[in-house]
Amino acid sequence: MAEDSYEDAIAGLKKLLGEKNELEDTAAAKIRQLTAELEGADGKKSDPDEKIRSGFAHFKAEKYEKNPELYGQLAKGQSPKFLVFACSDSRVCPSHILNFQPGEAFVVRNIANMVPPYDQTKYSGVGAAVEYAVVHLKVENILVIGHSCCGGIKGLMSIPDDGSTKSDFIEEWVKICSTAKAKVKAEFCDLDHNEQCTKLEKEAVNVSLGNLLTYPFVREAVVKKNIALKGGHYDFENGSFELWNIDFKLTPSVSL
Amino acid sequence: MARPLIQSSSVDLHKSSATTRILRTQVRFLEVDKPHLRFLNLPSCNSTPKLKVWKGPMTLTKEVVDEKEMSAVTEHESNEFTTLKHRFLNFKKDKYLKNLEHYQSLADEQSPKFLVISCADSRVCPSNILGFQPGEAFVVRNIANLVPPYETGPSEVKAALEFSVNTLKVENILVIGHSRCGGIRALMSMDDETNSSFIRSWVINGKAARTSTKAVASNLSFDHQCKHCEKESVNCSLMNLLTYPWIKEKVNKGELLIHGGYYDFVDCSFEKWTLENNSQVDDQVSIKNREFWS
Repeated sequence: MAEDSYEDAIAGLKKLLGEKNELEDTAAAKIRQLTAELEGADGKKSDPDEKIRSGFAHFKAEKYEKNPELYGQLAKGQSPKFLVFACSDSRVCPSHILNFQPGEAFVVRNIANMVPPYDQTKYSGVGAAVEYAVVHLKVENILVIGHSCCGGIKGLMSIPDDGSTKSDFIEEWVKICSTAKAKVKAEFCDLDHNEQCTKLEKEAVNVSLGNLLTYPFVREAVVKKNIALKGGHYDFENGSFELWNIDFKLTPSVSL
Repeated sequence: MARPLIQSSSVDLHKSSATTRILRTQVRFLEVDKPHLRFLNLPSCNSTPKLKVWKGPMTLTKEVVDEKEMSAVTEHESNEFTTLKHRFLNFKKDKYLKNLEHYQSLADEQSPKFLVISCADSRVCPSNILGFQPGEAFVVRNIANLVPPYETGPSEVKAALEFSVNTLKVENILVIGHSRCGGIRALMSMDDETNSSFIRSWVINGKAARTSTKAVASNLSFDHQCKHCEKESVNCSLMNLLTYPWIKEKVNKGELLIHGGYYDFVDCSFEKWTLENNSQVDDQVSIKNREFWS
């Protein structure tokens, strides 16, 4: 298919040049330009401008223009069913691993996919995203996805017991899940560092799910069954994905 | 889809739970080691969606909702997550296993060239619009793609900047704004009276963009003001990036480029520009390589 059209194009070009000699110079210049562009697209991947340009051109031609109905609808508004927390790590984009399409998932990405507890000054970034997704967009699912070999989790695991830090911000941020670290250290003290990190990757997701319930609007939506909370773990060493949900109970109130 | 069912059942639920409350300590997690769903080598599971998965642990539901409503909820949930399961398995079959070597070497180490900061909006994922493949871009997504300055504001973005610039040594930082951004709209319509929403406390990080937009574009319609502010706030974020000493240093040495981008999904166009930081001349910052694709 591709070869046919290539052969056709060459034949067309030869014919044209045969008929119109005066075009030779123009054609030569055009071909040089095209060659340079093709080399740029293939060989020089590190050119950031070219990377962005070709990436967008591909999206527009292959996705946007082939699906005018969807994109026309999306231009008017979004109503995603999912709020997804995933790590900033370059290997774990939810659009890749779970194939989320435009419009399907409101996505927060930060170091180690952490949801801090309700705190309007210290953690307004995540709080704003949760509020917007739950109160305004009315998402139906919140999914927190951890992953294997997470640098942020390693960082948390390596903070010394005296709590001293050597980074400007990283350790300060990942400390959000220090209760998970304490749990893993207590329950899995016989495991080596890497195995403990794997445990912590999952346990930290659970702390984040618990932290979600400290947001009144999340708690209310969960109680009303308008929102389901899920945890996930993507292991890119084995190509596996685990998914679980949390169990919580309402107990009758006690009047004293 | 099944949403109305849930809503109708939730009314009763709410009433019946009016005298109860959730306490933080009562939250119990299921054992992570026994996940409810494993996606390991399950090529033939299409015909047997594991409804059971969702039924087991919902003690609350069992207590307060009758059987019929219960099945509506579980069916709805399982539909969405069965879809995800198939999507993951397709990713594994079509991408992961077909490029196993690539994914294995990625598993050893990531070395992305880009840090991308974009909005949490469901329509603007950089992997979709710019075609970033696994391993290519470290990505931060928050409301209105804001970067607070070094000295103030929450630590979330800052931690990601520190890790990607100092540890991963990315060569490019790209901040992407977009059309019809709800966060920017909130920033522009924010009144001065205090209001306790998280959204307000976060988008206020972009107040410099709001001020400069009001100064130059107050004669325009509100929609146009917002559009102006969407781009202006990208520039504010770019300037804020330069307040981080380790970013500034790398930019001055030419080891790190800072780019702004603007994706308009109404007409599908993309604008891109790059900061030129001339450290020789009084730290003047100018813009170069501005391009517009539509």
